[in-house]
Amino acid sequence: MNLNIFIQHFINALSLGSLYGLVAVGYTMVYGILRLINFAHGDIFMLGAYFVYFATIVYHLPWAVGVITAVILTTICGLLVDRIAYKPLREAPRISALISAIGVSFFIENFAVVVFTGMPRPVVQPPILMKPIEFSGGVRLIPLGILVPVVAFVLVGGLMWLLYCTKPGLAMRAISFDIETTRMMGVSVNKIIALAFGLGSALAAVAGIMWALRYPRVEPFMGMTPGIKAFIAAVFGGIGSVPGAMIGGLILGFVEIMSVAFFPTLSGYKDAFAFLLLIMILLFRPTGLLGEKLEDKI
Amino acid sequence: MSMLKIENLNVNYGAIHAVRDVSLEINKGEIVTLIGANGAGKSSVIRAIMGLVKSKADQMSYTSPRDGKTVSILGKPAEEHVKIGISLSPEGRRILPHLTVEENLTLGAYTRSDSNGIADDMEYVYTLFPRLKERHRQKGGTLSGGEQQMLAVGRALMSRPDLLMLDEPSLGLAPVLVDEVFGIIREINAQGRTILLVEQNAFAALKAAHRAYVLEVGTVNLSGTGAELLNNPKVRAAYLGG
Repeated sequence: MNLNIFIQHFINALSLGSLYGLVAVGYTMVYGILRLINFAHGDIFMLGAYFVYFATIVYHLPWAVGVITAVILTTICGLLVDRIAYKPLREAPRISALISAIGVSFFIENFAVVVFTGMPRPVVQPPILMKPIEFSGGVRLIPLGILVPVVAFVLVGGLMWLLYCTKPGLAMRAISFDIETTRMMGVSVNKIIALAFGLGSALAAVAGIMWALRYPRVEPFMGMTPGIKAFIAAVFGGIGSVPGAMIGGLILGFVEIMSVAFFPTLSGYKDAFAFLLLIMILLFRPTGLLGEKLEDKI
Repeated sequence: MSMLKIENLNVNYGAIHAVRDVSLEINKGEIVTLIGANGAGKSSVIRAIMGLVKSKADQMSYTSPRDGKTVSILGKPAEEHVKIGISLSPEGRRILPHLTVEENLTLGAYTRSDSNGIADDMEYVYTLFPRLKERHRQKGGTLSGGEQQMLAVGRALMSRPDLLMLDEPSLGLAPVLVDEVFGIIREINAQGRTILLVEQNAFAALKAAHRAYVLEVGTVNLSGTGAELLNNPKVRAAYLGG
């Protein structure tokens, strides 16, 4: 393998990994606050891809407008999922919300089959994102490959700023440890939970849109595998930790791309690597890379 | 002027009737203490006032000294209480261990948006508790028990409450720290805040308080001024070790 090809694999891994990371951040935020695995998160990602498909390809909106419309619509869907399927179960045992999450996931997938039909639809990529750029040394990269990780890092950076430098972010970090005490401080907990769902859904929408551009098609079950892998990435990085989710996503992306790049005969096992990583981390470091347990002090 | 007026408060946890027909009144500027044995229902009363547990009452009304308006706070969620000037330093301190001392205090001021006033109040808390200033960048979970108690009281002050409720502020503290905490409670009161104090340490609480209620198995058995109860033979026998 020469350097040129390696760089292309590297950028590819960075793209895929940052997409997993963007989706994983949504899992980790909701889990951090509610201890709920939002199984519908992968389907929210799928809705983002479909909305941008309809906005730009069916209704011919310009890409910028289409992307913004899709992100807004997806965010609304994410908020509705919380409002309808999870909020009434806040006081119920955790298993009830988990079952509700699985139900919502099936519902959205099958609703999409009914409304959008099960046929995969091709996405027309904007030519400007696909025209290869030549770098010195014969390295050729398409702009999309660079755009994806840049957008992902900027968004996660923005999220980190929100979490660590703003009041709602402070409330979100407080809720993840002790909901009742946070409420005592005057925080409207449901608003903060909605904010977490909204932000997670917006990021999933962006990831879904970029995914649809990379593998240029949309279909109702396109969120399942990336959703599960992003969940694995969140667990790997330490569920509850936003930087951990991003790092977990990147590691997963690199493992997948590089294993196939260096051992092409293993390409059929590509998806198995994600689960292998999950098993390893659960065996050797169950709290994940950045997950930590704080001791309670009496 | 009456600030908090409660008539016939009842709290049930399933089949357990934790608080029965408790009536009490707190006047502006007072330190009122609620004493009683473990399990008498003291914390339940304070948690019911704060809206953290479901309760029933004929009346639970709060008169804000800010505008003189009287509102019913029965059934209102805790976050609404903070906005109208009630705050609670809960039993067990409930410090957020993964947030720094400063972040814990900032969270206490969540309902406010006057950043200058918040900065002033943070300075005020740091003057009350210089230890917190030394440790303002440390995680809450790394503080000692006494420091966490100071942080819990400081955090409750950050919303600039008119009625400050303290649930067992002396629990688990060394005797020398207990004196310090009660000294600070009197100081906070002298600066114009009304205080409702729930305590197992009846002696220290009665000495500090203007008035007191004695709670026994969920009901108020006795009430009077702090000095009266300190000299009451029944109270002395039951709570003050003869």
